[in-house]
Amino acid sequence: MMFPAPPLPTEPPRVVVTGAGIVTALGRGWPANAAGFRAGRTAFRAVTLFDASRQRVKKAAEADLPAQMPATRLTARQAARLDRASALLLLACVEAWRQSGWEAADDIPVVLGTTSGGMPLGEDYFRQAVRTPHRHRHQPTRAFHYQAHAQGRIVLDALGLGGTLSLVSNACASGTCAVGEAWELIRRGAAERVFTGGYDALSQFVFSGFDALQALSPTSCRPFAQTRDGLAVGEGAAMLALETLASARQRNAEILGEIIGYASTIDRHHLTQPQPDGDTAFAAMTAACATAGVTPAEVDYLNAHGTGTPLNDAAEAAAINRWAGARADTLPVSSTKAGIGHLLGAAGAVEAVVCLMALGGQWLPPELIADPPDPVCRFPLVTRPQDARLRTALSNSFGFGGVNATLIFRRWA
Amino acid sequence: MSRIFVSGCGAVSPAGWSVAEMQRVLAAGQPLPVQPLARPGWDKPLRMRAVPAPAVKPAFLAHPRLRRTSAITHYAAAALLEALHGLPPDPARRLGLIVCLQSGCVQYTHRFFEEALADPATASPLLFPETVFAAPASHLAALLENAPRVTTLMGDPGTFAQGLALGADWLGQDRVDVAVVIGAEEVNWLRADALWHLEHAAVISGGAGAVALCRNPDWSAGTELVAVTQPRSYCAHRDRQQAAAAVRGDLAPMENELLCDSLGDSPRTDAPETAVWRDWAGPRVSPKRMLGEALMAAAAWQCVAAGAAVSAGTHPSAIVSITGCNQQAIGVRFRACPGPKDSRNICV
Repeated sequence: MMFPAPPLPTEPPRVVVTGAGIVTALGRGWPANAAGFRAGRTAFRAVTLFDASRQRVKKAAEADLPAQMPATRLTARQAARLDRASALLLLACVEAWRQSGWEAADDIPVVLGTTSGGMPLGEDYFRQAVRTPHRHRHQPTRAFHYQAHAQGRIVLDALGLGGTLSLVSNACASGTCAVGEAWELIRRGAAERVFTGGYDALSQFVFSGFDALQALSPTSCRPFAQTRDGLAVGEGAAMLALETLASARQRNAEILGEIIGYASTIDRHHLTQPQPDGDTAFAAMTAACATAGVTPAEVDYLNAHGTGTPLNDAAEAAAINRWAGARADTLPVSSTKAGIGHLLGAAGAVEAVVCLMALGGQWLPPELIADPPDPVCRFPLVTRPQDARLRTALSNSFGFGGVNATLIFRRWA
Repeated sequence: MSRIFVSGCGAVSPAGWSVAEMQRVLAAGQPLPVQPLARPGWDKPLRMRAVPAPAVKPAFLAHPRLRRTSAITHYAAAALLEALHGLPPDPARRLGLIVCLQSGCVQYTHRFFEEALADPATASPLLFPETVFAAPASHLAALLENAPRVTTLMGDPGTFAQGLALGADWLGQDRVDVAVVIGAEEVNWLRADALWHLEHAAVISGGAGAVALCRNPDWSAGTELVAVTQPRSYCAHRDRQQAAAAVRGDLAPMENELLCDSLGDSPRTDAPETAVWRDWAGPRVSPKRMLGEALMAAAAWQCVAAGAAVSAGTHPSAIVSITGCNQQAIGVRFRACPGPKDSRNICV
């Protein structure tokens, strides 16, 4: 039964990560992405997936799909029908799954975050419905598979799972909220293992939307720079295998890191603009630290939401300054969106994996920008590749609609 | 384990803008008339059951955040406020909102993409933010001002029941004092066209339903949430009928219990649930048959109808069977409990 739920454990179990998969414009898989994030590479190019010629901005961070997808339990028909979002998600799933060493089961919930599911399929549906209204070929398939839970079902079938499938859509905080909800499922004793993450494919709809808002940078994405002028859009996916420490130890599994805190809050200020002082971002970071039992002084790196828009970065910087207090003067902060763009529903999950990479490898992910930082940033921006001693990392994600979410990770050593 | 009570329900449907109007149509047992929905490019219209205009313009539409919103947010707000109506006023009360959507904000999505394809340079920046799945929840949070925890869940209609379980969990962990679970959908021809491609017989509709949950028995409307089954996902080794059967297996029948099922106008889509519940001899109601296929809103109507029937004393308990279209089957049970201390009965 989902309700009544099992009684809350007297002591919430520790939750560790035993598998991680990632695909971004920097590459497919942990090694390629770790190398890219460590070096601060950028991965933007002219959009090829749709006609961007009439857009104000024409660049994005497109991911490269492989010529052949990895073998899974999908039927040939299912594999042939994979849409772009499903393919990205599946690549991340297979990597995380193999690393986790888990086997097919009916008791592993899957919690996914996304903003637009299979939107490219929805776009194809729309174009055909409008331009050739009497042509029905492919329309039933598109109508079915454009929905986000269709991508979720691909995950179940590909890996032989049959547990609960849940989808969180809190805009650009979706990935963080999915991982956080998965973490809470384990902490409250509802599951021993949860497979979780986020995904989003680049689509004309979303690209046009941000372009219409004039939120896209016509130059380059420079989070927290004084001269920043907007965000860049990207695509990708990341998945995490979460389980109790006891389960991981029993299996003698390799542990990539621990999730120790999560919180989400709601900013009612405006549908698309953050409260200027970052009050709810501050509240999310504060509450996440409370669940983790850490203070800002104990946080060694902060992966910011840092979209590169003037409003987001100013509000987030104010929130970080207030939350960190004296620690702000020395706390390394960066936004990896400078390299791969804003991955929307995938962003939080990808940035969770980046934090695990940084904690595991003991380095800071830089954003290689030459412009001076916005004076509102009291904290040092990480602007060059560097090694560091890291034990605890914090990741922020904020979404349209106002959901602000924070995750806190600890190195496993 | 904490007991979880239903403190109120709300509904907007083709029957009208209240639970009472919906219950009147369900009690009459006659499907509402079908109306034409023009489909550009086709001579023959699609079919729908439309939500009538409200008798009086809702006051909440004057809220600045709701000025540009589309029907889905209007429906959700009306259902939400109806569900909260009977609670004693308390600005310090912590509300949790769980908004469940399948198609979401299709009206603005359609309009924005149409504009973007025609000329991206002139596509309205006002439309795009309203297309986001999280937009209705954001507007509702702004309207209420005391909702510290808000989330949007996507999925097929079974997700509404997942939302009830999540709300119960928030209450159980004392994160909120009242958790309102809302399911909402709006109609436009594109969504109807997609539904037609999947099931010709379905009649599309829109609306919203809301169920407010609490731990405080003094706020109970006479109904208690007693079970949300494990969702049975459709997967390689479990088809819809197997999933529906597993859900039925989780819900041992009780005497004079009302079954509120998810059968509609689509024999093919309904076949698995029909087969699983064929031998049900007790009372039964099928809201979608009367009100139309409103996806997540329809699942919310099922739960509201079940809760309202129990609250009204018509049945000592009610079960809800949601055999979702393409994700999961799931069940819910409500039962009667001591009702409100005053005469209000906020579920009917």
